[in-house]
Amino acid sequence: MLRDSDRIFTNLYGFHDWRLAGAKARGDWDGTKDILAKGRDWIIDEMKNSGLRGRGGAGFPTGVKWSFMPKTEGPRPHYLVINADEGEPGTCKDREMMRFDPHKLIEGALIASFAIGAHAAYIYIRGEFIREAEHLNYAIDEARAAGLLGKNACGSGWDCEVYVHRGAGAYICGEESALIESLEGKKGQPRLKPPFPAGVGLYGCPTTVNNVESIAVAPTILRRGAAWFAGLGKPNNTGTKVFCISGHVNTPCNVEEEMGIPLKDLIEKHAGGVRGGWDNLLAIIPGGSSVPMLNKQQCEEVTMDFDALRAMRSGLGTAAVIVMDKSTDLVRGIARLSKFYWHESCGQCTPCREGTGWMARMMARMAKGEAELSEIDLLEEISRQIEGHTICALGDAAAWPVQGLIRTFRPEMERRIKERLAKTRAA
Amino acid sequence: MPKLTIDGREIEVEAGATIIQAADLLGIEIPRFCYHERLAIAGNCRMCLVEVEKMPKPVASCAMPVGEGMVVKTNTPVVRKARQGVMEFLLLNHPLDCPICDQGGECDLQDQAMAYGADKGRCQEGKRAVPDKDYGPLVQTMMTRCIQCTRCVRFISEVAGTPVLGGLGRGEHLEITRYVGAAVSSELSGNLIDLCPVGALTNKPASYTYRSWELKKTESVDAMDALCASIRVDTRGNEVIRVLPRVNEDVNEEWLSDRSRFSVDGLKRQRLDRPYVRKDGKLVAVTWPEALAAIAAKLKGLDGSKIAAIAGDQADAEAMVAYKDLLAALGSASLDCRQDGAKLDPAVRASYLFNSTAAGIEQADALLIIGSNPRKENPVLNSRIRKRWQKGGFKVARIGHKGDLTYKYEHLGETAAVLKDLAEGKHPFFETLKNAAKPAIILGQGALTRADGAVILGLARKLADAAGLVKDGWNGFNVLHTAAARVGGLDLGFVPGNGGKDTDAIVAAAGKGDIQAVFLLGADEVEMGALGTAFVVYQGTHGDAGAHRADVILPGAAYTEKSATYVNLEGRAQQTRLAVFPPGEAKEDWRIVRALSDALGKPLAYDSLKGVRERLVKASPVFAAMGEVTPAAWGAGFGAEGSVSDDALVTNIDNFYMTDPISRASKTMAECTQAFGGGCTHKHKRTGTHG
Amino acid sequence: MSDMNHEPDSFAFTAEYAEKAKAFVAKYPAGRQQSAVMPLLDLAQRQEGWVSRAAMEVIAAMLDMAPIRVEEVATFYTMYNRKPVGKFHVQVCTNLPCMLRGSDDVVAAAREALGVDFGDMTKDGLFTLSEVECLGACVNAPMMQINDDYYEDLTAETTKAVLEAFKRGETPKPGPQNGRQFSCPAGGPTSLSELKFEGGKA
Repeated sequence: MLRDSDRIFTNLYGFHDWRLAGAKARGDWDGTKDILAKGRDWIIDEMKNSGLRGRGGAGFPTGVKWSFMPKTEGPRPHYLVINADEGEPGTCKDREMMRFDPHKLIEGALIASFAIGAHAAYIYIRGEFIREAEHLNYAIDEARAAGLLGKNACGSGWDCEVYVHRGAGAYICGEESALIESLEGKKGQPRLKPPFPAGVGLYGCPTTVNNVESIAVAPTILRRGAAWFAGLGKPNNTGTKVFCISGHVNTPCNVEEEMGIPLKDLIEKHAGGVRGGWDNLLAIIPGGSSVPMLNKQQCEEVTMDFDALRAMRSGLGTAAVIVMDKSTDLVRGIARLSKFYWHESCGQCTPCREGTGWMARMMARMAKGEAELSEIDLLEEISRQIEGHTICALGDAAAWPVQGLIRTFRPEMERRIKERLAKTRAA
Repeated sequence: MPKLTIDGREIEVEAGATIIQAADLLGIEIPRFCYHERLAIAGNCRMCLVEVEKMPKPVASCAMPVGEGMVVKTNTPVVRKARQGVMEFLLLNHPLDCPICDQGGECDLQDQAMAYGADKGRCQEGKRAVPDKDYGPLVQTMMTRCIQCTRCVRFISEVAGTPVLGGLGRGEHLEITRYVGAAVSSELSGNLIDLCPVGALTNKPASYTYRSWELKKTESVDAMDALCASIRVDTRGNEVIRVLPRVNEDVNEEWLSDRSRFSVDGLKRQRLDRPYVRKDGKLVAVTWPEALAAIAAKLKGLDGSKIAAIAGDQADAEAMVAYKDLLAALGSASLDCRQDGAKLDPAVRASYLFNSTAAGIEQADALLIIGSNPRKENPVLNSRIRKRWQKGGFKVARIGHKGDLTYKYEHLGETAAVLKDLAEGKHPFFETLKNAAKPAIILGQGALTRADGAVILGLARKLADAAGLVKDGWNGFNVLHTAAARVGGLDLGFVPGNGGKDTDAIVAAAGKGDIQAVFLLGADEVEMGALGTAFVVYQGTHGDAGAHRADVILPGAAYTEKSATYVNLEGRAQQTRLAVFPPGEAKEDWRIVRALSDALGKPLAYDSLKGVRERLVKASPVFAAMGEVTPAAWGAGFGAEGSVSDDALVTNIDNFYMTDPISRASKTMAECTQAFGGGCTHKHKRTGTHG
Repeated sequence: MSDMNHEPDSFAFTAEYAEKAKAFVAKYPAGRQQSAVMPLLDLAQRQEGWVSRAAMEVIAAMLDMAPIRVEEVATFYTMYNRKPVGKFHVQVCTNLPCMLRGSDDVVAAAREALGVDFGDMTKDGLFTLSEVECLGACVNAPMMQINDDYYEDLTAETTKAVLEAFKRGETPKPGPQNGRQFSCPAGGPTSLSELKFEGGKA
């Protein structure tokens, strides 16, 4: 188990003061000026060496992403955009970081801005996180008043402002280009890529978009050194990670653990185990609603990191572990996720706009067994017609849970349909 | 220039081009709904997916830039499957009402469904119904048919510059609609119909009156404004059903103004379909010989100095040259093609042309608009200015009224005094023009038809010289005409000869009895009440102002009913083609003049269309270079010196929808006037007896 | 308060909100004022309870946007109410993590306590009940949002208790309703207990 001294988010549960004084007592804003004084190249190298992979779901190396930005500022300013549009079902880690450790994020925003040559960072926080946005704004004001942000931030000679921008209820804005559109005051519809944000991002300027956690861990990594972070976890899956354990466990919680922790350990050590005991486990969605679920057998073997989960045709995603015990109506559960993607489709691409609704309606019928047996194959086919055919990954995310359900629990779907048919015939 | 391979065929295209553009060049067809080469790329329909080697997923060919060595496949099982999938999704909520849909037969969705559609639907869920919207009198909406391609939204925002359409809601509920508080009052709204790939937006006035496959299509040229856009006239029997734009990159790209498109019902209403002679104060239908004899009787013994002719805004070059020759034979030098009194003169051709050309205006980097509202005077040309403005680095200023031109401009003032300052280099914008690489001005008819029009023209020339508007390979001096006939008339010299009178003088002389016979060739804007007791022969198409005043009416042909030459504002001579026959006993206009010349005993030297066209070439070499623009030499000395009035400079267009006998006869244009208003409240007071 | 079926004729920000609006616009670079459309719509909603057409037009004019662009934004994001809602907007999450921990019971309790169904407002105009997608408090499921606050770790009983308190004019304490410390495991932390800081308690 990860030692407390190796934990980054030391106020994850809000036991301590989240304001500047408390943050400083926990080590935030310590020697920020010295870190900046080491220069951009050092910072980016150190981030690369730490092996930190983006914590928003895709797992792209953060240092490498920063290095994509133009080395010098041209006529177009650079921007840092922090993705705090946390909305992937199962995920609630950024929320805790923002309300109880806002200074980690803000310090990280300054360092990252400096590293990519930006003088302005926008934190795009989901609109419903009103209290969390209040904490962020409060912390930003504190930091500005203390000279940590603004002109000559921390005495570094670098000017940097951090702004909070609230969303207004659209899951799709978690997709980085939709987020940029939204930040520009438009509908949150994903952009065509290329061009990528590092070339043409916010206001058409070079932009880096990072998840809250990726930015918030950066100051600690740079203070304690890349080697420290890289020494935790597994090769190519280094460091610590905040996991969200929800669903049928005895004590649902967020917890910071080492990357690569066995899933079973994670649940038993921190979440009080599966409700009714491990043998009562039916399935787990290990990385938020968009990744395919694992059956019990897989759950026993898998470790919680990008590569291990990928090898099981699932993914670490946001590290949101949704546990489902044997009482779960799995078809209804996936039908609920289908409804979610239907509701959150931006409407731009034909397959997603038309297909998510079709799938959701079929899934709703499947949950009640009100379907033909042949429709299971049709459902699978429809999901394939959506997958890979849209601008962004929401189409894929909508398709995968359905595919995962059919792959793993087809007999249950068939059973319901047959049962329903039998009842109808009897009547 | 990256080289790539599509379906095994190599092609080199410009960097930045997309795969679909490269495929189009190769003639490899990739289906598309949302993509349109003149609109921003949306990439949302997903119909144009192709496979690219080394890319994990099919890519939207409309949005993917070509890369060196790219290997693209457009016809693989993966691609076909993807397209079939998209087609199934598109048809999911699209009604199968093709038999009653006006788009049937020319519908992209219908066509592609033939290639990629299944024989039956697999979806058991219900279809979505979307309420129709009110887009005004021109565009019919059937929003259930909408496939959310957003072409209409992009066109109205990007090209038309009147962002009133948008997509509300999201996901399956995404609904294209107009902002409730704003009308779809773009002067270019008809183009939405052409752009809509399905039957969601159709031609409202022509609703349910035709099936596309039963129409005869005639390629022709528009005469409803001075741009003379390339059009296709669709007819059934002897009736014009609709007019559509044709692609002509130099002139109208592929757009058409609403007046040019929707005035067609005016071609059928209030038409002069037989000759009339006024007897005892009343117009009485007569035969052609009777009508011509009545004219001959009246003109017999009349001295040429007492005869005059004025040509209107839609007069074709053939008819004008024939009249010019006839008047010369009759001994008259009093003829004028400027019924509005514009102070333009044929002496220096560059003084009355839109010299930068329509396409060339896109190269300008500074523009001054004087006494003109390009949006109302020529919406298609105005969209070019907007296009240029959108690219940035383009400073626009305006002297005249304020008002939305669909792009931002600096308003320098309302009066010609500002122009005077500019011409004298005393205004800050002078430096902007002078420092520009390709500066331009647009001089409107509203400025040129005033009493001080010649002075304004002179000031504009002075400004052009001082600010360097005319330089190597560039002439930024632009006169914006509003009449299709005008440049042709000036080119062939339909202006007073030695001792002859111009429009004002003709009218004045007629009022005093000094002129006793006036020929009006489609001229309806002269002050009919001021013509006194003169004998008026009106040759034209409609029972408009001229016909009401006439003593003899000679029914002519509209631009859709004859092969006739028009020279557009750039100086580009083009020919219309006969799409339908003139109604009743109406005839091609130059033939009427030919017959009249016989009746008057002064037969013209030509008796065939070929002959009259050879005559035109003699009048000006312009008529030999069909379809082309020959740069006109810049010259000194046009315009006049003098003082200018303090009156505000205003456009000459009172109501965009009604500017000529055809559009004034159009019920559709009347509905537009009611729905959208005329558009310009300020009109130059001098002209317009019809208003 | 505007009639539910009628869009008001006019809208104007109060002096206080006009100041706030200005501050929002100032967060974005010059010429990028359109970025402020979301915060301004939120302000308008905070002032009026919902976003009327008149408000959208005022905002469009303030930001030099076409009104249709504002309406697109106002209808794309679910947090903007295009019709009036109750004084307390009760939004219950029914997404999978909440469903697994009993959101069905929360929904039933809320329906019973308020006497209305999803999408409806109580007759007294106090409450509107809505079903919402994941609100990002999944380890504290099931949960609901009432105006700006989250009420978490709900049961049928605590759901009713919270709603009854609002009815009485009280504002119950937000957060977990089962006494636990935010997202810390119930019963006490399994980590972070060794650390001591001088910053003091929150």
